[in-house]
Amino acid sequence: MNYSWNWGIFWEPVAAGEGVYWQWLWGGALWTLATGLLGWIIALVLGAIVGVMRTTPLRPLRIIGDAYVEIFRNIPLIVQMFLWFFVVPEILPTPLAMWMKQDMPYPEFTTAFLSLGFYTAARIAEQVKAGINALPRGQRMAAQAIGLTLPQTYRYVLLPMAFRIIIPPLTSEFMNIFKNSAVALTIGLLELTAQARAMNEYTFAGFETFTAATLLYLVIAFIVNRGMAWLERRARVPGFIGSAAGGGGH
Amino acid sequence: MDAFDTGVIVRSLPFLWKGMQYTITLTLTAMVGGIFFGTLLAMARLSSIKPVAWIAAGYVNVLRSIPLVLVIFWFYFLVPLISQWITGAPRPVPVGPDKTALVTFTIFEAAYYCEIMRAGIQSIPRGQVFAGQALGLNYWQTMANVVLPQAFRNMVPILLTQTIILFQDTSLVYVISVTDFLGAASKVAQRDSRLVEMYTFVALVYFVISFTLSQIVRYLQARMAVPSR
Repeated sequence: MNYSWNWGIFWEPVAAGEGVYWQWLWGGALWTLATGLLGWIIALVLGAIVGVMRTTPLRPLRIIGDAYVEIFRNIPLIVQMFLWFFVVPEILPTPLAMWMKQDMPYPEFTTAFLSLGFYTAARIAEQVKAGINALPRGQRMAAQAIGLTLPQTYRYVLLPMAFRIIIPPLTSEFMNIFKNSAVALTIGLLELTAQARAMNEYTFAGFETFTAATLLYLVIAFIVNRGMAWLERRARVPGFIGSAAGGGGH
Repeated sequence: MDAFDTGVIVRSLPFLWKGMQYTITLTLTAMVGGIFFGTLLAMARLSSIKPVAWIAAGYVNVLRSIPLVLVIFWFYFLVPLISQWITGAPRPVPVGPDKTALVTFTIFEAAYYCEIMRAGIQSIPRGQVFAGQALGLNYWQTMANVVLPQAFRNMVPILLTQTIILFQDTSLVYVISVTDFLGAASKVAQRDSRLVEMYTFVALVYFVISFTLSQIVRYLQARMAVPSR
């Protein structure tokens, strides 16, 4: 292969515009982080709610929760983003639609983190449900026997333990959300992958550009991984969950 | 908004069907190729030759840490250079996005199928390997005749679940303008300014297919599950 290497490309000034090329990638990485983090907050809150709904004794709540998960899990993320970006503003009542089209701040970014959050929530709901179901039935019964209401049972007995159990799968979901945020380039968000593509088109330095982007994603994944491992250690209940969380099997 | 126009969907059905055929081809190719290379990768990761295991682990971990969209761009850039290198052509050989996508998805999915097959191989009791060796089978014979058939069988539901994810992921070839199912729909949507109709229809079709497949997997899983003690 006769490829002309140019690792200095990152410090060369941008052909059209201001600054140098590494600033493109860095700016993209910041959008990736912002999209992933905001999406993650939505996904955690909504995922916990939907996950709980799916384990309650109340049938209508279970049906709604199950439907949510099936809908958001069985449509590709890119199609979901297109629905939120192109379709929803057309079918909403006029005032709201006008606001979405004209006044909503950062429309690409807002749409991206919202749809990423809704999508990831379905996957978190699945983990939350699995975590709650993994607890011995006696936990729920004991909570009710001492007179806790259903919300109290979840708040003080089931969820604290369930969330500890599911930290490992949540870690991979947290890493996934940053990877999945790249899909938002299809609705025009200039996140890391979009910036790498633009830089490649301007400079033809594909190897250097994509290597840098790959490394940035690896750094993000590494930070998430270490952060969650720290959280897992911090949240460990002495003599209880520690071994169960890491190991597979039963 | 104008009334929902189902006519545009009906009119474009033949074109959409061509797109769907590409989506199915891409899914099946990447599934077969991905499971094949993924199994080889899994064997490499479990190899007692350390450098082989490290290289395979590094490959799988890097690919699993970066977005599929970035991988698509990587290969869209790399495949012409690699073809030039293989064929010895004077300049990069242009390769169509359709073919690039086939290569990309096979290689990308191999990393994911690898982890499934690795878990499958590790679920086989070591005694099976020893028994194979005691019978005088070499490594490849033990793998092909004893370990892999069982590992594969145990992992069928998870391999299929991964394939449903793959089926949905193929829609990302949109970023290199391939006319898959989503690509076809999006071309009609933009030509006729019928985004609402086309994208709603696309979502519905993906949902029905993925949901049906996942119900089948769930049924298989229940049937194949070892009764709990």
